[in-house]
Amino acid sequence: MTLLEQFQLWLATIWPEWAAYVTPAIVGVVIVIAFALCMVIVFIYFERRLLGRFQIRLGPNRLGPEGIFQPIATAVKVLLKEDIVPAKGDKVLHWLAPLVVFVPVLMIFAVVPFWEGAIFIDLNVGIVYVVAISSVSAVGIYMAGWASSNKYALISALRTVAQVVSYELPVILSILGVVLMVGSLSMSQIVAAQTIPFILLQPLGFIIFFLGTVAEMNRSPFDLLEADSEIVAGFHTEYSGMKFAMFYLGEYCHALAYSCIIATLFLGGWRGPLLPPFLWLLIKVVAVFFVIVWIRATLPRLRVDQLMSFAWKCLLPMAVINLFVVAAEVLWLPESLPWIMVVVNFAFAGALILLWSKLFTLGGGRVEV
Amino acid sequence: MKFERYGIGIAKGMALTFKHLFRPPITVQYPEEKLVVSRRIRGNELVWYPDRCTGCATCAKSCPQGNIEIVIHVGDENNYVVDKFEVDTGRCMFCGLCVESCPYEALAMGVSYERAQYRRGQLVLSKEELQLSDVRQPSGYARPKIEATLPEQSLLVNWDREKGGQKLSLVPLSKKRGRGV
Repeated sequence: MTLLEQFQLWLATIWPEWAAYVTPAIVGVVIVIAFALCMVIVFIYFERRLLGRFQIRLGPNRLGPEGIFQPIATAVKVLLKEDIVPAKGDKVLHWLAPLVVFVPVLMIFAVVPFWEGAIFIDLNVGIVYVVAISSVSAVGIYMAGWASSNKYALISALRTVAQVVSYELPVILSILGVVLMVGSLSMSQIVAAQTIPFILLQPLGFIIFFLGTVAEMNRSPFDLLEADSEIVAGFHTEYSGMKFAMFYLGEYCHALAYSCIIATLFLGGWRGPLLPPFLWLLIKVVAVFFVIVWIRATLPRLRVDQLMSFAWKCLLPMAVINLFVVAAEVLWLPESLPWIMVVVNFAFAGALILLWSKLFTLGGGRVEV
Repeated sequence: MKFERYGIGIAKGMALTFKHLFRPPITVQYPEEKLVVSRRIRGNELVWYPDRCTGCATCAKSCPQGNIEIVIHVGDENNYVVDKFEVDTGRCMFCGLCVESCPYEALAMGVSYERAQYRRGQLVLSKEELQLSDVRQPSGYARPKIEATLPEQSLLVNWDREKGGQKLSLVPLSKKRGRGV
């Protein structure tokens, strides 16, 4: 039973039934949205400073101590800008698209467990809900591209749809590996089952899931939809002001949400010694985001065909093989000896990665497809 | 088995960018920190030495833009007295021809480079404003004697904090700033 349900039961003893039903929901929504938005602001600052350090710069450091008020100044700047709608664009869709991108991303936080019982709603199909809800933002991006009446925006939107649809498959297959081990789709059950973090039990699944989600949240090196050198700013070329801010927030919210999901599925969620559970989750989330920024600072953008072949020829078969291996291990290996599974899976992941990089190699180490 | 072809390049690249985290940033925080400019910079217009100036107006003749305006009258000792020495620095293109052509070294380029003003009129500098002062120091352009006295330019590639005389107020993450790039 979650904390909110306990709160509701307690309220029912003193308040009328309808109030006891509505109040915990409102309280939960406010807490979750406040967490998401505060963390997004922290993430924006964190990414800009960290990217600066990766490029031997300082990053924003003028406004307030160490520049901590820079994201707020950026937000105010964006809010005060003129809201421009293309004359030949589809006005309604143009207005609706940022919401369709932003709201589903916020909804992911409903099933992120922050603590024992501290989860907005403990769905028994939690991880399926995450997969279903997170794909909706692709529709919003396509709406934005279509409504902008701009060739670059439309190209970007088509790329996004192709990319998200392709990367959804390996992501789901690697989630299935986790679900097989846990025997439940509920997020709190998945955390409860991780006496050993699943990154150790399924390194290959973790790598596939991580790369797939980085591609789904459209971050570098998979940020083809915003490839500035090719298509200006992609789907949000024609957006400004608050609508642009929604896309911007949505992007970072997506990164935050998926960092939470990765931390929950593979890094043990809120589990950890000494520190309070919530802090452990935060540490893991920030660590995942650090790696995402690190990848962004290092790797160049993929070509469209490379992106597609990476998903279909590399990640998808590896995810299928990983799923079969995990299923076999769950079926035949004794549960009392998880460390055998760790060793076997690490050896297996190394062998598979070597094999697949061999398949992708031609000529002097160049990646060809 | 060569691992170059098995994705080790990605790992190498990631390691390289990770090392960058521990290097001192090369950012110069401009208003607080300033690099020492070249000793021969053609900087903030001119420095005029009235005691050396004979009023020959060679500088005015050599100026391609005609920015320098000189008005003189004949003094008591059969010399020229400079009544007006005005430079419209808004049109100056820093060619340095006036400094090169001066026969008495009465003109020199300046070392400062912050010359923004609010009005165009403020860019027209008078006799008094052009003289040597705290903010108006001569550079070594075409003046080897002055050049020898000036501090060496601090380049980013060998930026030495002690030698360059920067004022550092903010040194995040790494205190070993200015180690060189």
